[in-house]
Amino acid sequence: MSVTVRLPTLLRPHAGGEAAVTVAGSTIGEVLNELVQRYPGVTAQVLNDDGTLHKFVNVYVNDDDVRYLSLLETPVKDGDEVSILPAVAGG
Amino acid sequence: MSTVLKLSREIYVQMVAHCIKGLPDEACGLLAGDPGEAEVMRCYPTRNLAASARVYTVDPKDHLIADRDAERDGHEVIGVFHSHTHTDAYPSQTDVDQAPDPNWHYVLVSLRDTHPVVRSYSIVDGTIKEESVVVLSASGSDPQEREAERVPV
Repeated sequence: MSVTVRLPTLLRPHAGGEAAVTVAGSTIGEVLNELVQRYPGVTAQVLNDDGTLHKFVNVYVNDDDVRYLSLLETPVKDGDEVSILPAVAGG
Repeated sequence: MSTVLKLSREIYVQMVAHCIKGLPDEACGLLAGDPGEAEVMRCYPTRNLAASARVYTVDPKDHLIADRDAERDGHEVIGVFHSHTHTDAYPSQTDVDQAPDPNWHYVLVSLRDTHPVVRSYSIVDGTIKEESVVVLSASGSDPQEREAERVPV
């Protein structure tokens, strides 16, 4: 099972400058683990030390935010598009 | 070298109008353009998921739509704007703490006074630096040929 992961500009320098990469996995958790193993430089901005999703990042499967699905347990299927974007907030 | 953020009058009006429409809450949106060019080519008003007069959260769904649309046009999201309803057009500590990207432009629209005040900043490693904002009065391919006007401060 492989999906395309779209990377935000901030993470691209840690992923060889690529805007999108193909990653294997059957859940978002597996996809992100594979991603950080391949590009360790993206880890700190995507996952917390305990492996949960970082608060300041949004991850989507196609059009849907995984926070409204099953977070890291969210299943993905072949050809899905996973997008990672920074959470944008302030005061 | 200080950065000059350029935007068209249409985008300026779109941004300020979205902020006024969002009252009494803070309003927010994303700005897209060519990275390194510091010229806003598209403005994407977004929902403030926090629905608050003190904080904002760009609706993640709106962010994804804006990001894809910008990419389709060959642009990228290069900044965010949001309103301060009762304070200066200056980044709050929360804005600094949560600034998502050191390459972005952080545009503040203050609605405290009768006339909106628009300012732009870079936020890098917690350091705020003001950028000039220039509103281009007509659209054209060469910014040099356009009559530019500095936003009154």
